[in-house]
Amino acid sequence: MLKLQELEAGYDESMVIRDIDLQVKDNQVVCIMGRNGVGKTTLLKTIMGILPPKKGKVIYMDTDITKKRPSHRAKQGIGYVPQGREIFPKLTVYENLLVGLEAGTEKKIKEDVYTYFPILKDFKKRNGGDLSGGQQQQLAIARALVANPSFLLLDEPTEGIQPNIVQEIQEVILDIKRTSQTSMILVEQDLEFVKNVADYIYVIDHGSVVYEKAVDEINDDEVYHYLSV
Amino acid sequence: MTQIILTLFNGLSLGSILLLIALGLAITFGLMNVINMAHGELIMIGAYVTYVMQNLFLNYAPQQYFDLYFILSIPIALLIAAGVGMILEFSLIRFLYRRPLDSLLATWGVGLMLQQLARSIFGAPNVGVQSPSFLNGGLEVGTLLFPYSRLFIIGLSIVCLVSIYYYFYRTSSGRRVRAVMQNRQMAECLGVSTRKVDLITFAIGSGFAGVAGCALTLLGAIGPTIGTNYIIDAFMVVVVGGVGALFGAVAGALGIGFFNTVFEYVTNASLGKVLIFLLIIAFLQWRPSGLVTSRSRSLD
Repeated sequence: MLKLQELEAGYDESMVIRDIDLQVKDNQVVCIMGRNGVGKTTLLKTIMGILPPKKGKVIYMDTDITKKRPSHRAKQGIGYVPQGREIFPKLTVYENLLVGLEAGTEKKIKEDVYTYFPILKDFKKRNGGDLSGGQQQQLAIARALVANPSFLLLDEPTEGIQPNIVQEIQEVILDIKRTSQTSMILVEQDLEFVKNVADYIYVIDHGSVVYEKAVDEINDDEVYHYLSV
Repeated sequence: MTQIILTLFNGLSLGSILLLIALGLAITFGLMNVINMAHGELIMIGAYVTYVMQNLFLNYAPQQYFDLYFILSIPIALLIAAGVGMILEFSLIRFLYRRPLDSLLATWGVGLMLQQLARSIFGAPNVGVQSPSFLNGGLEVGTLLFPYSRLFIIGLSIVCLVSIYYYFYRTSSGRRVRAVMQNRQMAECLGVSTRKVDLITFAIGSGFAGVAGCALTLLGAIGPTIGTNYIIDAFMVVVVGGVGALFGAVAGALGIGFFNTVFEYVTNASLGKVLIFLLIIAFLQWRPSGLVTSRSRSLD
């Protein structure tokens, strides 16, 4: 589904990620873990195409998309839920979802996003910027889902969010995994959450992969060793 | 009483003219943050399109259809000015989106070139455009006379405003524009082709400058420098109204229009202008970001 080969990327002179090889199979949920500032968000931005890599390749569905614009990648089925949600503040909730349709072929918003997040239906006409952090997170996920992506990038979807919404988001991720062929990369700090949803994990430190294993084989202590400060 | 009504009407009329010339700028400067000094020259292009249309009709169309030239000029001026805007965006402005000072200088240069082009084609002296016969005279109410041409401009500015509103808030293309202006990177990540949106938005802003130029031919003779006379007013309206807010441009235009008329009525033309500038300076001390500011819940 997605393959990263010897990927290097960064800002100006400083390399944030160095030599990352990573692979995501069909219908697989891959979690990326690591301390703050080790390059997790930079990695997702490079996959999405916001940040051009200095070296290496991004291969998606057997085609090299390293040089393609983000809009092209979105149209190829990559959905992105960024850190900080990035909701359009002056567009209504409904309009935010409609912009999400741009990447796909659907013309209408499917009812199932409202089933996942009923609050979005109630707040349809409110401005995105007026929602709370948790509601914006739900909207950001829904906005990525309306286009029927075949690959989802989720950057810390549970960060700073109350437990019952975290629970809700977890259900949604599991449901997508069950009912569709969608693959996911999930950046996450919470090992419990990761163990509930992921199939495979990568731990990153100083911009490189330092640990990788299928989720049912991982040793908690080893992971905590890389996550603790 | 009649004097008050007349002053109010003149204020409304001036406000609608200001609104018409500022609408295009509210899009290119207000929404896209491009300081386009050639905006006045796009107005000039609209005015000359009307002049050319008039001449074509004088020479080639039967006499009884002459008035149609003006009605036809409006969409044609819109299209031609939008086309010029598109060329300008594609060849110059897209390289300057993050460099406001450079774009100020470069577009000013483009403005001078367009002025010179007009001079070479149409000659330096001003040319007149004959108003269509249905806009001669005026509406008499008691002892008051409201010129049809002024009423027409008020109507035209309302039509332009409504169509811009409809485009931005009711069509999918307009929604894409708003999304890109609010969060360019995220819009791109959702599959919106931001390059295309920039091109279209700039073309629309330019097109409305063309419509304004068309309307200005009703008010007097037109010349190569007609744009420079109006560009300051246009920027003033957008800055007072609040950058990025369409409604702000309306309030700014009407406000400046009314105060200008009242000041000119109680003093004289030049002192009135001085007073309006003083008022704007004072106003911007009080509200530096204009009448309508966009605020939203701060995101963490």
